Amino acid sequence: MENKAITCKDLTKRFGDFKAVDGISFDVEPGEIFGFLGANGAGKTTAMRILCGLSYPTSGQATVAGFDVYRQQEKIKKNIGYMSQKFSLYDNLTVWENIRFYGGVYGVSRPEIKKRSNELIATLGLEKEAGKLVGGLPLGWKQKLAFSVAIFHRPKIVFLDEPTGGVDPVTRRQFWDMIYEAAASGITVFVTTHYMDEAEYCNRISVMVDGRVEALDTPANLKNRYHANTMDDVFYQLARGAKRKSD
Amino acid sequence: MKQLLAFIRKEFYHVFRDRRTLLILFGMPIVQILLFGFALSSEVKNIGIAVLDNARDVQSEQIISKIRSSSYFQVKTPALNYKDIGERFKRGEIKCAILFPVNFGSDLYKTGGAQIQVIADASDPNTATTVTNYLNSIVNNYQQELNPNATPSYRIIPEMRQLYNEEQNGSLNFIPGVIALVFMIVSTALTSVAVVREKELGTMEILLVSPFKPIMVLIAKAVPYLVLSVIDFIVILLLSVFLLNVEIRGSLILIFAESILFIVTCLSLGLMISNITASQQTAMMISMMGMMLPTILLTGFMFPLENMPKVFQWVSYIIPSKYYYAIMKGVMLKGLGFGYVWKETLVLAGMSSGLLLIALRNFKIRLQ
Repeated sequence: MENKAITCKDLTKRFGDFKAVDGISFDVEPGEIFGFLGANGAGKTTAMRILCGLSYPTSGQATVAGFDVYRQQEKIKKNIGYMSQKFSLYDNLTVWENIRFYGGVYGVSRPEIKKRSNELIATLGLEKEAGKLVGGLPLGWKQKLAFSVAIFHRPKIVFLDEPTGGVDPVTRRQFWDMIYEAAASGITVFVTTHYMDEAEYCNRISVMVDGRVEALDTPANLKNRYHANTMDDVFYQLARGAKRKSD
Repeated sequence: MKQLLAFIRKEFYHVFRDRRTLLILFGMPIVQILLFGFALSSEVKNIGIAVLDNARDVQSEQIISKIRSSSYFQVKTPALNYKDIGERFKRGEIKCAILFPVNFGSDLYKTGGAQIQVIADASDPNTATTVTNYLNSIVNNYQQELNPNATPSYRIIPEMRQLYNEEQNGSLNFIPGVIALVFMIVSTALTSVAVVREKELGTMEILLVSPFKPIMVLIAKAVPYLVLSVIDFIVILLLSVFLLNVEIRGSLILIFAESILFIVTCLSLGLMISNITASQQTAMMISMMGMMLPTILLTGFMFPLENMPKVFQWVSYIIPSKYYYAIMKGVMLKGLGFGYVWKETLVLAGMSSGLLLIALRNFKIRLQ
C-alpha cells in the first residue's frame, strides 16, 4: 500500500439514491501516467474530487500519496498538484506574480520560489513575457504555464482535469512532452481527457461507465481485448452500454 | 501566515489593476459627498414668488420689499391678475403667490385688521409648508414693527435653540448615511464580487485543492477590502471636516472602532452573498438591491423612520446600517460617549458574528 501513489478499494459516493461513484477499485503506481476516461456524467469528476480531498466518499477506502482520504485531507492537499479544464491562472497578474502567488499558497520558501521560477521561465522560453499580464498570452502558453505552476511545489501526484481542452494539436503535443518529463522526474500523473489520441500516450487507462470502472489496462492490451484498431473504438464499445444520460 | 500574505498581496494587485473597481472605490465616495453636500439640499431657497399688489400703498410695498430682501424668495415679475397667477403656477414658474387686496393699507389703519392671501403650490407639501411658514414670519415681523410699543398683558416668548447643529448646517445629517452607503458598496458589493469572480474563473477550485484553508481564503478576500474601506472612511471624514465644515464632536477612537465593527458586518454580508451566488452579476444585484436600497430608505438618513408605517419600522430593525447610522449620529454629531450607544453597538456586534458564522459554515458545506 505504502509505495502506491493512489489506491482505491470499493470507493463509493452516493448522492441520495444516486451512486455517482459505484465501488471503484484501482491502484496507480508512482511515476505512472494514468488516464482516467469516461463519458460526461460517468462519475470521473466526483471520483477525482474525492482523491483531491475536496469531498468525502460514502464508503470504501482510498489513499493518495499514502494518506487516507477520510482523515488526512490536509496532508493529501500538500502532496498533490491540480490543474483544471478551466484556465486556472489570474489574467490580471503577470506571469511572475502568478508563479509567486501559487508558490506562496503552497508554502514554498521565498528563495526557492525565486530559483524555481527563474528555471521555469527559462524552460518555457517566457523570459520576455515574465513581466507581462497573463491575460495577453496565447491559450497554449497559458496551459503550459498552468501545468508548470501545478507542479511548481514538486507534488508527488498531479491531477489534470481535461488539461488540453481547446488547445491546438501542436501545443497538445508539446503539452504531453511536458507531462512525460514530469513523469520521468517521478511525479505521478492522473489525467482525464476526451481526446482518444491522448489516451494512447498514457501508461494505463481506466474507462468509467455509469460510476464503475469497466476496463483498466494498457492501451495496447485494451485494443487487443476489444479487437479494436484505435482507442476510439474501445471507448465507443464500452461507453455504448451506458444507461445514464450524459449530464 | 506567509501564505496569507501572498494571498492578500494578490488581492491588492486585482484591485489596483481594475480601473472600474478603483473608480467605485475612490470616485464614488467623493462624488457622493460632493453631491449630498452641495447639490442635494433639503433646505428651501430661492422660491419663485409672484406678487399681485392691488393696493399699491406704502404698507404693501414695505412687505414686498421685506420678501425681496429674504434669501428664501426670488420675486418674479408682478402678476397682472388672478388668472395670470394660475397660469404661472401651472408652468411651474412660481411656487407661491401673495395677494394684497385693494384697500390693504387703509383697512389696516381704519379697521385694525387687513387681509392678505397666500397661495402655495402644495404638489410638494413639504415645500408648501415651509414657504407659508416663511411668509407668515415675514408678515408677523412687519406687524411687530408697526406696533413697537404694544405690550400685551400676557406674552409668551419661545426661545428657540437648534441643538447639535446651531448653524443649521444641512451637511451634518447625511454624512453618517453616506459613510454607511460607501461601506455597503465597498465591503459588501465589492467583496462578494471578488469571491464570486474566483468561482467564475475556476481559480477557486485550485485554491480549494491547495493546502490553503477555506477559512483563510475568506479572510484573505476580506482583509484588503477592510483596509480599503478604512481608507475611504478617512477620505470622507477629511472631506466633511475641511470641505463641508462639519465639526466632529465625539471621540475619534470611538468613531473608528464603531466604523470597523460596521465594516466587519458589511464584509460578513458580502461573504455570505458570495456563498449563495455563482455569478458576479447576481452578486452585484443582490448587494445593490438587497442591501443598498434598504440602507438608503430604512436607516432614517433620508426619510424619517418615525413617519413610516409600522411594518417598515419593524423591517428597519434588521438593517445593520440603521444602528450604525444611529451610533455615528450620536458620537460624531452629538459628541456622545460609548455609554449612550452601547445598545446599538451590541446589536451590530451580534449581527456581524451571526453573519460571519453563516458565511463560514456555508463556505465549508459547499466543499463537501
